[in-house]
Amino acid sequence: MTVLSYLIPISLILGGAGLIGFIYTVRTDQYDDPEGDARRILSDEWDDHPKP
Amino acid sequence: MTAALHPHTAVCPGCSAGPSAVTEIAPTEARLAISLPTIHCQACISTVERGLGAVPGVRAARVNLTQKRVLVEADPDIRAAELVSVCEGLGFEAHELDLAALAATETDRAGRELLLRLAVAGFASMNVMLLSVSVWSGATDATRDMFHWISAAISFPAILYAGQPFFRSAWGAVRARRLNMDVPIVLALVLALVTSLWETSLSGEHAYFDAALTLTFFLLAGRYLDHRTRAAARSAAEELAALEVPRAWRLDAQGQEAEVPVADLCVGDLIRVRPGGRMPVDGEIVTGRSELDRSLLTGETLPVLAEPGDQVSAGEVNLTGPLTLRASAVGRETSLHRMADLVAIAESGRSRYTSLADSAAKLYAPGVHILSALAFAGWYLFTFDARVALNIAAAVLIITCPCALGLAVPAVTTAASGRLFRAGLLVKHATALERLAEVDTVVFDKTGTLTAGTPEVVNVGDLTPAQQAIALALAEGSAHPLSRSLTRAIRATGVAPAALGELREIPGYGTEASMDGRRLRLGRAAWAGGDGDLAETATWLDCGEGAAVAIRFADALRPGAEQAIRDLRGAGKTVLLISGDTPAAVADLAARLQITQWVAEALPEQKADRVAALTLAGHKVLMVGDGLNDTAALAGAHVSISPASALDAARVASDIVLLGQDLSPIADACRVAERATRRIRENFRIATVYNIVAVPLAVAGLATPLIAALAMSASSITVSLNALRLR
Repeated sequence: MTVLSYLIPISLILGGAGLIGFIYTVRTDQYDDPEGDARRILSDEWDDHPKP
Repeated sequence: MTAALHPHTAVCPGCSAGPSAVTEIAPTEARLAISLPTIHCQACISTVERGLGAVPGVRAARVNLTQKRVLVEADPDIRAAELVSVCEGLGFEAHELDLAALAATETDRAGRELLLRLAVAGFASMNVMLLSVSVWSGATDATRDMFHWISAAISFPAILYAGQPFFRSAWGAVRARRLNMDVPIVLALVLALVTSLWETSLSGEHAYFDAALTLTFFLLAGRYLDHRTRAAARSAAEELAALEVPRAWRLDAQGQEAEVPVADLCVGDLIRVRPGGRMPVDGEIVTGRSELDRSLLTGETLPVLAEPGDQVSAGEVNLTGPLTLRASAVGRETSLHRMADLVAIAESGRSRYTSLADSAAKLYAPGVHILSALAFAGWYLFTFDARVALNIAAAVLIITCPCALGLAVPAVTTAASGRLFRAGLLVKHATALERLAEVDTVVFDKTGTLTAGTPEVVNVGDLTPAQQAIALALAEGSAHPLSRSLTRAIRATGVAPAALGELREIPGYGTEASMDGRRLRLGRAAWAGGDGDLAETATWLDCGEGAAVAIRFADALRPGAEQAIRDLRGAGKTVLLISGDTPAAVADLAARLQITQWVAEALPEQKADRVAALTLAGHKVLMVGDGLNDTAALAGAHVSISPASALDAARVASDIVLLGQDLSPIADACRVAERATRRIRENFRIATVYNIVAVPLAVAGLATPLIAALAMSASSITVSLNALRLR
């Protein structure tokens, strides 16, 4: 059962990383234009006005 | 290359320490928004961004494809009109948007906050559920205690953060000595946490940390859905408002015109209103002669003559000649805004409506509390063990907790609103669907609602070909709506315009020309020599020989009007027509649409009174109208719909906005609303069935955290799936 002593922290840290990542994407307005972002990736020209 | 020419304002990720380091927008640049309803693909994005980026003075242009608009940062001297013409040059339909009206959409703080809380609750409940599954699968002794302690360490901060909306709302309700859905929720959360902590400290077997967290998660999901539906409707409504950029042309002391925002106008200013423009203020005509279209204010379709000295009201449309006004009332003082008082009075009636969710909560909340208190009392008297009794009371509260009830309404309204939005209806008000489902009487306004507001020639065939040729040539010389309609009608018959000399438009009267020494006129009755006592809209053609001929017009029906009325009547609803127009015009339209009950020459107060009388007689009235004269009736009706072409005041007063030209979605909307309400009731029943099965177990002390988790998830998922059947 000693395996739990590091498996549980690892699972919590991984989950926490996902949560922090999600909070970061929300805070930086990454869900403002989901349709446009899905299309922009198809562009073959260099995007020299990336979103601030 | 363009990057060097137009340095963008992006913050370098390496330089900024954190999200707080986002730079403020310098006041030396203007932000403009342009709506591009037709963009749809990657190529459109590139074209627009490249095209706008090449305009000198534009610093950055960023397309938002989801909202179909482009935000431009530019030097302050750049005008939106220039950018609109650039976009139109690129082949896209473009409209300027008023950024001030869009402000609320941009900072959707409440939605973002809810999303973060939802994420935290989701993360915590996943972890705790994982630990609980191990406990249920047979973890014992020290392992179980450790798992419980870890769960507690995760649940407490997570619920304290994520549950705040419920705590706040419950506290508000309790302080006002009321019970709402959030009171039992908060009680269940608190009781579950406290008893579980107590159990854990005594190394007990059952802890409800996972239940408390899943409960929070599901309820937040319901709240978020609800919020998103309303936010989407609000942002679409804002976009409609933002499309009407309030601008006016003010004349300065030298007689120079300058474009200014309507908000900057003062009493006494001289304002130029061009043909086709809307009066920005109340005022008196100083110079110019024209005709005014008052249909949005009064419902009359006949244009009225406007001469120096006449009073005009904000909202009227100038038809033929340029006018100069002296403002007598601006902004909130205009007659347009004074109508708001009428609306405020009428609206108080609607706030009496209790939503289905509220009436369910009224039944439900006391029931839950009583049941749980009885369980506690019963078990305490039975065992004299406060710990057992408290545990069972908590289990009862958790199992009966309105988790599915919290999802029952938002899941259905989200699905139904999405469906209606695709059909071209924007549901603005949260309970509009429920109210729409109860409607049994539909009241229509005439001008601009059942009719498209564009006149159609009735009697082209009465004119000889020679007269048609002359009429066509005269009509082509004017931009008046009647002339344009006449041009279209005669062109359709294949007649070529006659060759005329000295063609000129005389604002307020008509067009005049000469041919073979004869004077030809097309215009108002008195001026063109007609005997002007016709009840319908008409223009007169004087060919210089014989009597003048009347060319009669009727208002064209909106597409789908006949079908909408047929469908509504087929669904067993009474249809009424109440208009401010003349009896003849209203009778004609009522006959065309086979509406038997109609009222003409109704003043705004009379419209509202009529709606109020119907309501008093026990009818649930749906009001469909677009004009200022309808606003009081719209606000007073049980539920109201206005077309997107309506005045802003009318759109604000109504619950649902019709986005397209077509009226037929109205009948569909009633059907969808009825089905949505049926689904909501069904959802309540499903949630109740789960409770009826699980509550006896809980009261009997047989409920384990596993059963609670199963009942809760199963009922929430069933309810959501049932709601999805509406799509």
